[in-house]
Formats: sequence, C-alpha cells, structure tokens
Amino acid sequence: MIGISESVMQFLLALIVVGPLIGAVAALLPAPPGLKGKSPDQAVLRHGVIVTGAVLLAALVLALGFDHDHPSKMQATTDISWIPALDVRIHLGIDGISLPLLVLTALLTFLCALYSYFKMPKGPSPKAFVALILVLESGTLATFAVLDLLLFFLAFEMVLIPMYFLIARWGGEQRTQAAWKFILYTLLGSVVMLLGLLLIGLKSGTFDMVALATDNGRGLSTSVQVIAVLAIGIGLAVKTPMWPLHSWLPDAHTAAPTVGSVLLAGVLLKMGTYGFVRILLPIAPDGMREFAPYLAAFAVVGIIYGSLACLALAKRGAKGDLKRLIAYSSVGHMGFVLLGIATMSPTGVNGALFANIAHGLITGLLFFLVGALKDRTGTTDLDSLAQESGAALYGEAPRLGGLLAFGAVASLGLPGLAGFWGEMLALFGAFKPADGLSRPAFLTFMAIAAFGTLLTAAYMLIVVRRVCMGPMPQPAAEPAPPVLADVHGYELAAWTPLVALTVLAGLWPAALLGLTDPAVQKLLTGGKS
Amino acid sequence: MAGLVVLVADLFVGDGKKAVLGWISVAGLAAAALALLPLLDDDRSTFCLTGGGTHACSYTADRFTLVIQLLVLGGALLAALLSMSTLKDSRGDLPAGEYWFLLLSSAAGAALLPASRDLATLIVALEVASLPAFALVGLRHGDKRSSEAALKFFLSSVTATAVSLMGVSFVYAATGTLHLTEIATKLQEVDGQLDTLARTGVALTLVGFAFKVAAVPFHFWVPDTYVGAPLPVAAYLSVVGKAVGFTGLILVTVVAFPSYADVWGPALAVLAALTMTAGNVAALRQQSTRAYSAVRLLAWSSVGQAGYLLVPIAAAGYADNEAAAEKAVGSTVAYALMYAAVNLGAFAVAALVGRTQRLNRVSDYRGLYARNPLAALVLAFFLLCLAGLPPGIIGLFAKVTVFSAAVDAGLGWLAVVTAVNVVIALYYYLQWTALLFRAPEGEPVAHRAPAPLTAAIALTAVLGIALSGAPQLVLRFADTGLF
Repeated sequence: MIGISESVMQFLLALIVVGPLIGAVAALLPAPPGLKGKSPDQAVLRHGVIVTGAVLLAALVLALGFDHDHPSKMQATTDISWIPALDVRIHLGIDGISLPLLVLTALLTFLCALYSYFKMPKGPSPKAFVALILVLESGTLATFAVLDLLLFFLAFEMVLIPMYFLIARWGGEQRTQAAWKFILYTLLGSVVMLLGLLLIGLKSGTFDMVALATDNGRGLSTSVQVIAVLAIGIGLAVKTPMWPLHSWLPDAHTAAPTVGSVLLAGVLLKMGTYGFVRILLPIAPDGMREFAPYLAAFAVVGIIYGSLACLALAKRGAKGDLKRLIAYSSVGHMGFVLLGIATMSPTGVNGALFANIAHGLITGLLFFLVGALKDRTGTTDLDSLAQESGAALYGEAPRLGGLLAFGAVASLGLPGLAGFWGEMLALFGAFKPADGLSRPAFLTFMAIAAFGTLLTAAYMLIVVRRVCMGPMPQPAAEPAPPVLADVHGYELAAWTPLVALTVLAGLWPAALLGLTDPAVQKLLTGGKS
Repeated sequence: MAGLVVLVADLFVGDGKKAVLGWISVAGLAAAALALLPLLDDDRSTFCLTGGGTHACSYTADRFTLVIQLLVLGGALLAALLSMSTLKDSRGDLPAGEYWFLLLSSAAGAALLPASRDLATLIVALEVASLPAFALVGLRHGDKRSSEAALKFFLSSVTATAVSLMGVSFVYAATGTLHLTEIATKLQEVDGQLDTLARTGVALTLVGFAFKVAAVPFHFWVPDTYVGAPLPVAAYLSVVGKAVGFTGLILVTVVAFPSYADVWGPALAVLAALTMTAGNVAALRQQSTRAYSAVRLLAWSSVGQAGYLLVPIAAAGYADNEAAAEKAVGSTVAYALMYAAVNLGAFAVAALVGRTQRLNRVSDYRGLYARNPLAALVLAFFLLCLAGLPPGIIGLFAKVTVFSAAVDAGLGWLAVVTAVNVVIALYYYLQWTALLFRAPEGEPVAHRAPAPLTAAIALTAVLGIALSGAPQLVLRFADTGLF
C-alpha cells in the first residue's frame, strides 16, 4: 500500500514484540515526575493504554507498509543468532497469515487496556495488572511473529504465568482452582509439544520454520513426522482447545476477569490454531495426513458437544452461567477452525484462518458485553438474570441489548457478518478435502458440522430471547428495581471497533482472504516464493 | 589451588578477629577463582605416568575441569557470603574459626575432584570434600537436630564410599590400572573370566557417586541433613556437593567406562526417572505450615533437579560416538551452572527471610512482596527459573538442552517422564511464588538485610538475569566438547 523501507519495517516488528516487555518493566517502576497523573493507580493504567496504543499504532503502520501484492513472502524479517549452541535464532517476520493475527492481538489488547482504564477489575494494585497484561501481549505477539521453533515455544510459554496471575488475582469465584487448571493443563500440553519440536529440529538439523516449510517435510521420514505431529498436536490441541482436552477452558473463562476472558478467547486460543497452520501443515504434511481424519472427527465432536453444552446451559432452571456458555460456544467455534485445518485444502485452511479472526472479534465482543452486564447486575447467572419472563434488556438498556443481540447473531454465523464466511469455507473445505484424505468421511463430518450450526443458532437465539426480551418491569412495583445504565462512552469506544470490523469482515471477506490465500497456497505446497 | 592451601594454613594461626576470617575466606575463594583465568588458554597436566609409550595423568586442567572448578569455587564463595551473617547471628553457637577452615577444606576437595583423572585421586578428593561437610552439618553446639543430621549424613555417606571403593578395587583387579583413560582402553579387552568382575566393579563404583548426587535410593539423608545443617551449609551441599557427585559420575562413566555404556546407560536413565519423580512428589506433599518447610521444599526440589541433571549423562550412554556423548555431558554442565546460580539465590533469600522468621515455613513467605519487594521479585524469578518458565528464560533453555539430549539419544520414555515432572514441579514452585504476592497477614516489619547477604542475593540475581539475556554463556558447553 504505502512504501516503507525494509529496515523501518524490521524495526517496527521488533518494537511490536519487545515494546510491551519494556513497558511492563516500566510499569513496575515508580512514575517519573510530570507523568504522575491524579494518583499512582491512574498513572499506571494510563501507561498501559499508552503502551498498548503505541503497539497498535506500530502494528497498523506495519499492516500499511506490508506488501499486499506478495502476501506469501515473509516480510520485515530479522534474523540474528541468539544461542548458537541450541541453534536458536531471533528470526522474526510476518506474512499474510500472521499479519491479521498480529493486528487483532494488538487491537484487542489495546481495547482491554482502554476498558480497564475506566473499569479496573476488583483486586490488588493495578500496577501488577498492567505489567501482566503487557507481558501477555508481548508473548502473544511474539508467538505470531517468530519463525524459529524454539523461540515459538518460548513465546508460547511466556503467556502462562501472566494469565495464571490474571485469573488467580483478579478473577471471580473459584479463581484459584481455575487458574491452576489452566496452567497445569497448558503446561503439560506445551512440554509435550516441546518434545515434538525438538524431534523435528534434531532430525532435520534446523529449527528455522521458513527453511522447514520450504522443505515441506521432505527431510523427515514419515515415522518421525507421525510422532512429531502427535506430540505437537497434543500441545496445540490443549491450547486451542480441542474436545476432549477442553475442560480447562470453561472454568478459566468463568473465573477470569472480563479483560482476561477477552484476551483468552480472542488471542490465546488463536495461538493453538496458528501453530497447526504454521508448523504442522507445512513442516510435517505426511504426519498430518495420517492424523487429519482423527483431528476432523474430534473437531466435529467438539462442535456438537459445545452446542449441546450451551443448549443445556441456556435452558431455564439450568443455572447456566453466561460466561461459561460463551466459553463452550468457543469450543464449538474452534471445532470449525480445526475442521478447516484438518481438510488440508486451501479452501478449508483459509476458512479456518478467517474463522479464527472472526471468533476473536465476536467472542471478544461477547465477553466484553457479558462483563458489562455483570458489572451492572452483579451476576452472569442466566436464571437470576432472566427470572421467569426474560431480562428485558431491550427495554431497560436498549443499546446494550442491541449489541448483545448483534454479537449473538454474528456468533451463530449470520451471512453478512464475520462469523459466516469462516464456517462456510471450512464446510466447503470438508466437501472437497485434499487428495489422499477419505472424502466420504469428510462428507459425513461436513453434514454433522452443518447440523452443529443449527444447534448454535438455537442456543444463541434462546440466550437472546431470555436476556434481551421480556416484559418491562412495572414502574409502580415495590421495591423499584434498580435502573440498568445503558452503554457508557468508554464502553462504546472499546466495542465500536469490534462491531465495525465484524461487519466489514462480513461484507468484504476478500480483504482478509486476499492476504491469507497466497500464503496458505505456499505453505501447503512448500518451495520458495 | 595453592591459594587455598595457604589460606587454610593461615586460618590455623589467625583466630583473633572472627569477622576478618570471613572476609579472608571470601577473598581467598575469589583469588582462587581468578587463578583459573590464566589456565584458560590451554590444557595442562601434571603427575603423569612417564615411559611405556602411554600418556595418562592424575591431574588435568582442561576446559571441563575449569568450568566445574569455577562452579565449585563460585558456589563456595556465595555460601561463604551467606555464612557471614549466619555466623554473626549465631553469637558463638557456631565456632567461626573451625567453620571457615572446614568450609574451605571441603571446597578444596571439591575443586580437586574435577581435575583428577585416576580413581584413587577421585576417591580421595571425594572424601576431602565430604569429611569436612559432615563436621559442618553437625557443628552447631548443643543442637540435637544438627548432630543427628550429621550422623545420618555421615553413616550413609561412609557406606556409599566403602561400596564405591570396593568397586574401584574390582575394576583395578580387572584392568590393572587406576588411570581413567587407561581403564577405558583396557576394559575393552578384559578377558571373559574377569568380565563379571569388571561389570560389578563398574556398577559399585557408581553407587558412591549416586549417593553424592542424592539419587534414589540414596536420597533419604537430604531433607533431614539440609534442615539440621546451618542454612549456608545446606546451600553449599545442594550446589557444591551435587556438583562434586556429578563430576565424579561424568568422569567415571564417560571417560573411564565408555565401553560399558550398555550397563550404566539404562541404569542411569532409570535412576534419573526415579529420582526426579521421588523428589518432585515429595516436594509436592510438603505442607507449607510445617516447621522449616521452606528448606525442606528446597531440599526435595534439589533431589528432583538432580534427576534432570542425570538425564543427559544417561543419554551419553546411548550416544553412538564420542562427540555426541560429550555434547550430552555438556548439557549436564550447562544445567548445573544454571542450577547453581539460581538455587544459591533461592537459598540466599531463604536465609534473609530466616533471619526474622526462625521457623522458615513456606507460609512465612506470604506477603513478602509487601515487606521487601525486591527480595520477593528476585525469589519469584529464581523459583520460575527452577521451574523452567519465562521470565526464567535460562531455566527454560537449560531444560530444553536436557530434553534435547534425551530426544537425541532416542530416550523418548525418559523425555516424557521428565515432561510430567516439569509439570509437577511447576505446581509447588508456582504455589510458593503466588504466595509471595499475597496480601500479608499483620503489619509488615521493616528489616535491614546485612551487606554480605545482600551481596549474595544481588550476585545471583545479576547472574540469573544476565544468563536469561544471553543463555549462550552457559549453553555453549552443551554444544562443544569439554574434554
């Protein structure tokens, strides 16, 4: 789009990864004179907004400077030797697959920082909160920007400790258990993943993702690939999460503070699926082909399981928690993403990447909305919210109700919104999977997954029905029910970008697909660009 | 090493000002460490066999030796820094002159060990390092726990040494030499009748060193000894004592018995798996309110860490060529260096907290961040390094080298066991870390840390952070041959 010299691009990418880290250290130090603000708490929260804002700005400039004519080429690459003994290189770079995720991460973190500036979750000092958010941002951005297997592992691990503390210190009920479940599950997964990464690195003699992807698995025997895919796949599947390794997710989401949930769903889950696309598909295609039908089967079970769990939670009298419901719906949505990846066809993988971004936007929005609802009513329990006849959000807080309904229909995949294209492309991919994969099996998966969209629509509409509709409380009733505040200015500021992007991605999917498609084609076939 | 000898002699004479003795010891250790520098450029050997066309030496200063000596002297230096404030606090419970003498002579033995290249010198060095340690553990006057710990330590250690001496004599009987390199060549041509003898000898020799590294089933002495000993001595044992054991193990296995790799390789692999599991599970079961639970936890965790350290040595047994074996051994050395810096740091913070909280329970660390933010942050960093998670980057990469040694050697099952153990270990490390940042109970008491203790904590923290930024500093040993 606009010409920016390569060295500036390199600097920007390095800044995006390292900037939040420096910001995190700075957040722990006392504020310098002149920047003290009204109170130390306010100063440090403002610091968080500024740092994440700067990173978002850098990411946007990077996106503008990105050569959109060659999205399959690695751009803004830096390649410095760091630990020669382990052959670890600081190899950064972005292509059409990582760029959207990078921007999404920067955007969501900025919105979270902005939201917390006005609405800090209950808990200890905001100083540590801001520092942890920044470390988390650095870890996720690094995951999407690094091109070295061991560095990828390092970035993957970097998010664990901050997320643990965010849940354990600023979370709601049962936060300690949920935090433990989160970190022990994901660590076990990622250590197993490390074994797979080491196996690939030692057998092929390099940890460089670009070189390995160019090779397209030719340097690795099938048996090595099968073992590596199994080990790495387990690690990534825990993170994604894939049924039946998902059980940490609902707990973590229910206990996490609003901002934590948004980042967990919007960004952290994407690290798992990104790993599938970036590492397993191009580097170990033979091993992947062995496991693709199983992956697809698990994905489809996840779709149905997630939907049924949501339906059960949405039922009257089930004491369903809205946050838990959205978490289970995430399991279903990630099922579509995994199905798309498992087809190993360009259509399916593109669909998966699209659904990835869409899920980040929509679920991020939904968690924000539910968090706002909780702040106002003090509960996310569907039964106590809706009581007998419905919560009547449309009547009491029309804008909030409207946004919630928007998020719900976007999530169920209404055509014209972001959620639609990803799921449709994933299903298309399953209709015609890559050569060597059993077509009848994938047709069955497709049919079941399509049924899953129906279930998704059902529970989302039930939720809308119960939360948004219902009779207005009578003004004369005693005692008068508290009036729900409608959307505040800062909330609007934090949510508008998500809504706008959801509509944009729904109406103009080519903008995103144009970026991912060439990169996907290259990853699936290997070779130099 | 002459500096050490002089210093030890000096201590006999100068028994006047107690505090000065401490500084002299620290200076001596630092000087000894500096004396390693001129040796860096080339390999030197002395006490060599001459004639007969063979070249075998008893004392060799190659890169492996120097790195381990650096580790030993650095560890002893930090332990000495910790000791200063402990001695000052003890007000005569601990006799200062004897204390310094014992610490230094033990360090001298530990420094001799990595350089020795024959079995006799090796055992002598091992005993020089161990005997003063027994006395150090039991040094506290009128403390029953202390003497009991010393006795336990002494009895189990002596048994192990005796067994190991028997092994040495078997090996000698089978090969007719004590020099490691000679043994390596002669073991290949042991005639059939003596084969069983040689095999038994190899196995028995390893027992003595397995005791030193506190490998299962020789690990029971660890928690009681650490708790009974003065804290700096526990720190010293956990790092220098371990380093001694590992060096001996490496020298014996990789240098002397490479032809019997099919005996000790699998044995060490099983030992590694058992050791880390036993250590971590025991650490997991520690109750945070029990007296001295912080030291107990560190003791058990050090058993677990010993298990990780054994993994690459076991992997060396499966290596098909010498270079691969040396690389695997390098992983152990790199891991040991990381572990030394970080574990001593954790002990230093424990010593700091122990000054106000006599019982040193894990629950006493609650709210440390509010009382002493820097100490809490540093301890959190050390614990995460031990757990191997960012921000403890050096801990993470040290674990990666261990894993890669195991994967490279085809020890898939051991790698998986290690992976599970890493998760178990994370639980108790992170639990402790989280406790540091909890809201404190009661009013925080301002407390000034003594200068030597602060120096020790700062030194280890700087080391840990510098290594996290440039892991290559220690990890390069995992890449190149050390011998």
